[in-house]
Amino acid sequence: MLLVALFFFCGGETVRSSLHDLVITNNPLVARCLPETYSVQLWEQLNYEQILIKVRDCVYAGHRLYTHPLAGSVKPNETPYRSVVISRTAEELSCDDAALIASAIETFGKFTPRHRELTEEMLRDFQLVDYSLLCAALEIDPLEGLHHKNETNYRTRRCSL
Amino acid sequence: MKLELGYIPIADIQFAKVSKVEDGTLYVDQEALKAFLYQDDDVRQWVKDFTFDIAKPGESVRITPVKDVIEPRVKVEGPGGQFPGVIAKVDTVGSGKTHVLRGMAVVTAGKIVGFQEGIIDMTGPGAAYTPFSKLLNLVVVAEPAEGYQDNKHAYEHAVRMAGLRAATFLGELGRNVEPAEVQVFETLGIREGIARYPDLPRVAYVHMLQSQGLLHDTYVYGVDAKRTLTTILYPTETMDGAIISGNCVSACDKNTTYHHQNNPVVAELFAEHGKTLNYVCNIITNENVYLADKQRSSDWTAKLCRLLDLDGVIVSQEGFGNPDTDLIMNTKKIELQGVKTTIITDEYAGQNGRSQSLADADPLADAVVTGGNANEVIVLPKLDKVIGTLDFVDVIAGGHAGSLREDGSIEAEIQVITGATNEMGFNRLSAR
Repeated sequence: MLLVALFFFCGGETVRSSLHDLVITNNPLVARCLPETYSVQLWEQLNYEQILIKVRDCVYAGHRLYTHPLAGSVKPNETPYRSVVISRTAEELSCDDAALIASAIETFGKFTPRHRELTEEMLRDFQLVDYSLLCAALEIDPLEGLHHKNETNYRTRRCSL
Repeated sequence: MKLELGYIPIADIQFAKVSKVEDGTLYVDQEALKAFLYQDDDVRQWVKDFTFDIAKPGESVRITPVKDVIEPRVKVEGPGGQFPGVIAKVDTVGSGKTHVLRGMAVVTAGKIVGFQEGIIDMTGPGAAYTPFSKLLNLVVVAEPAEGYQDNKHAYEHAVRMAGLRAATFLGELGRNVEPAEVQVFETLGIREGIARYPDLPRVAYVHMLQSQGLLHDTYVYGVDAKRTLTTILYPTETMDGAIISGNCVSACDKNTTYHHQNNPVVAELFAEHGKTLNYVCNIITNENVYLADKQRSSDWTAKLCRLLDLDGVIVSQEGFGNPDTDLIMNTKKIELQGVKTTIITDEYAGQNGRSQSLADADPLADAVVTGGNANEVIVLPKLDKVIGTLDFVDVIAGGHAGSLREDGSIEAEIQVITGATNEMGFNRLSAR
């Protein structure tokens, strides 16, 4: 407890900690696999762009952006999934973060929409890559979560509009 | 540090009973090669079978999906071995003598994820976009073992190891062959360099490494680059396999291991070393997803540029979107240290080429070389033979529904082609 208090007191903004992080995602694998100490908002009905807009609104409300909103090289018009980490608590608006998320939304708009049927296997692979990128950012082992993916408390993380 | 590269030209590859290099022909015993690949526990566990094929320039052959391309090399004198920390022990490489099987490559192909890309056409319009159409390719196609669907990290690792092992096996065949040509590359110590070239500008290469996660990773001496701090390498270390590729999406602008071994920025800087500039070193820095990592890594890059008293740097990035932010942060901070920058990138400017090319920009990034527009659409005609599978063509980057047409041709953006807009500037096509 003392350590936790010290951590907040020292303002470890740039130090990764599940205590600080809030994951905004539409990827159900993330909600199932991330350790329970992470706060996760799963918005399954939102698409890639809508997740970016949700993050933008959070940034406008004072949440800090912790991961790059365009992580990975699977293009926004290929993968349906996006996970972005922001600060759990809202503070002052960061202009840099606001510019970054605005630029990401603008970049999304450059990609021609594709209308393809994605098989279950492809969806699973897109989920896996998004989850892997997120784990890399958070410095956690993706395999650990995959091993326990059917055990975690997934329903409580589900959000809806 | 001084490295001699001895080039052994390979003019043909044939399957044979005995593996050897003789009179410019590489003979490959498939069973012996397969046995060597299966010496690795992970390969044994996750790869059910390998098939080998040979693709030659000009043949009506399409290789897809491509994972990595690797040039076979072998250390014949001096410390260390190929792919230190991964295949060889972790000794520092980049000195002594290394033999190179020139004119050929190992290409790993086969399914990993269901949207996998990477096309090498050996003929036709697509061939002009990839440097690997000019090589004799020994293609290693991996077939996954049961249960790989739930273990794709392990499977990706196994296929990566198989490619490196295949290159090691073939490189070893050149150990006792007399090279046709020898080139020497040398980097002096800081003080020696200043004393020898007091009037030449001090230039380094800032080499950005993709480091984001599954199919997006790079390894340095076996260490995942995302776990590294910005640091310095002798340029010759990369020629000896110190940096290996673990990434293949998007295919057009991902550096294969072959690109690292034959980095054209390193080659050009060495060519000008002692003439128009003093090539000081390579600075390697990662492209992590976490924003605080980007800040730390770019701060360190700029700090090292200042500490080394550089006059200028070439910066190459890898990938698109998220790495654009690293690129601009690096460039801006280095410029603010009074060091001039030129960056190499590619563009995602839309199919009509009219959109903003990068996801980030800054007025200080005012010297830019482009590898091309990855959104450019191309039609690849049907070829007679496919090595690998066309299963993914409809879903790969740049493709779209209907990509694979009834006549067997493919309409897609050039981002599906391995190395098409490479951001080291390895491309064959240019424009003025």
